[in-house]
Amino acid sequence: MANKIPTDISKITESSPWQDLTPGNHVYGAATSVAVMTGEWRTITPYIDFDKCKQCLLCTPVCPDSCIPVSEGKRLEFDYDHCKGCGICAKVCPFGAIIMK
Amino acid sequence: MAINERLSGNEAVAYAIRQINPDVMPAFPITPSTEIPQLVANYIANGQMDTEFIPVESEHSSMSAAMGASAAGARALTATSSCGLAYMWELLYVAASDRLPIALALVNRALTGPININCDHSDSMGAKDAGWLQIYSESNQEAYDNFIMAYRIAEHKDVRLPIMICQDGFITSHALTNIQLIEDDLVKKFVGEYKPENFLLNSECPMSVGPYAVSNYYMESHKAQVAAMENSKQVILDVADEFYKMTGRRYGFFEEYRMDDAEAAIVIMGSAAGTTKDAVDELREQGIKAGMIKLRVFRPFPAEEICKALSHLKAVAILDRSETFSTQGGPVASEICAAMYRSNLNVKSASYIYGLGGRDYRVSDAINVYNELFDYINNGKELVDFNYIGLRSRED
Repeated sequence: MANKIPTDISKITESSPWQDLTPGNHVYGAATSVAVMTGEWRTITPYIDFDKCKQCLLCTPVCPDSCIPVSEGKRLEFDYDHCKGCGICAKVCPFGAIIMK
Repeated sequence: MAINERLSGNEAVAYAIRQINPDVMPAFPITPSTEIPQLVANYIANGQMDTEFIPVESEHSSMSAAMGASAAGARALTATSSCGLAYMWELLYVAASDRLPIALALVNRALTGPININCDHSDSMGAKDAGWLQIYSESNQEAYDNFIMAYRIAEHKDVRLPIMICQDGFITSHALTNIQLIEDDLVKKFVGEYKPENFLLNSECPMSVGPYAVSNYYMESHKAQVAAMENSKQVILDVADEFYKMTGRRYGFFEEYRMDDAEAAIVIMGSAAGTTKDAVDELREQGIKAGMIKLRVFRPFPAEEICKALSHLKAVAILDRSETFSTQGGPVASEICAAMYRSNLNVKSASYIYGLGGRDYRVSDAINVYNELFDYINNGKELVDFNYIGLRSRED
């Protein structure tokens, strides 16, 4: 009885007719927010200077949108698809390795 | 086969809740609905049902908890009155928009102010545009029957909307009358198990409920809610048919009382319909062609059906147990007049406000209204658009 099929949210867009919305706009399936490109909202952008970065990783946990991926103990480039440009990472960096522009 | 009992309206609804045995009931006490959660809590304490009862700290919380439970996949309900419903205000809209089929046992009571604990319909009429289905009951029997039908309507896949089952505070909620109850096993079979297709605790497919809808989605969401309301009309009739087969008691959008050859009628909701029927009978004995329509389903509003039922009349009085302060009469009167306009129907009508804050509405009050209608029909005496029944005034 229980539904096992996630919503294909790529098929529900701002041009979908009302009949194509799910009841109550429910979104079935996990982690569907990945598909929403919140990076489009950004007005200022963080840039990392890896020469200055000491890989202290203070920036990663303070990012409200989990946009600083870490692999094998090292932070990688920003996830610009989802970074909203809040600038907290730049503020917390002790080495001035992140600038906003 | 039916069980003959005598119960108050609150007892009858609590009895229905025990029979349905829903999953979760968060509630906060408020006169005159307090007995419903109290009696349900007794049933639970006595091991007669296993609903999870949540004693919350407010009605804002009771509706929030009911919504959480419903979204999780539970059959949820609550009960309230008056300011309790007002305190749920913002959640009522969310429950409807999130398409959560919650049942609410509403015992109609005047909204403060001035402060008053007695019956009128200002609480549910204030919530008439919140996206809930609203069904009104004339008697204890109807409050019980309507509650038995509630989940079947609300949970239907074409509907999925919350439902408010209304009865008149004190008048039916606290008065004992004879009642026919349905056997437990028949109720369970009729109502059935709640098996939602999607729910928060479905580990097979997690979900999000109540996402932000930017302006590109908000209007489409509302239109979808309206469509669900439209769908509910057929479901309400289908469920009523099935209920009739089980009990022999027939329900529709409204009840037509001696309407066939009527020249004038009163349209009314709730317990005052019984009083009005007595007035109709009295007038009929004198050969006066009076009729009455008791509106049962107010949301969705059965506009076309009402117009059809009114079409042969020469005059109609629409009685409202709440005020809109629009200076244009009561809410039921406004909706019926709008419906008549769209149906190109021009039956002379007048709005009457009655029974606010528990003011008595007597058979003689109804007869006075009919007299005014027939004075217009027979003598051409002007019918006043907006009237108050039983009001003290210097102009009298």
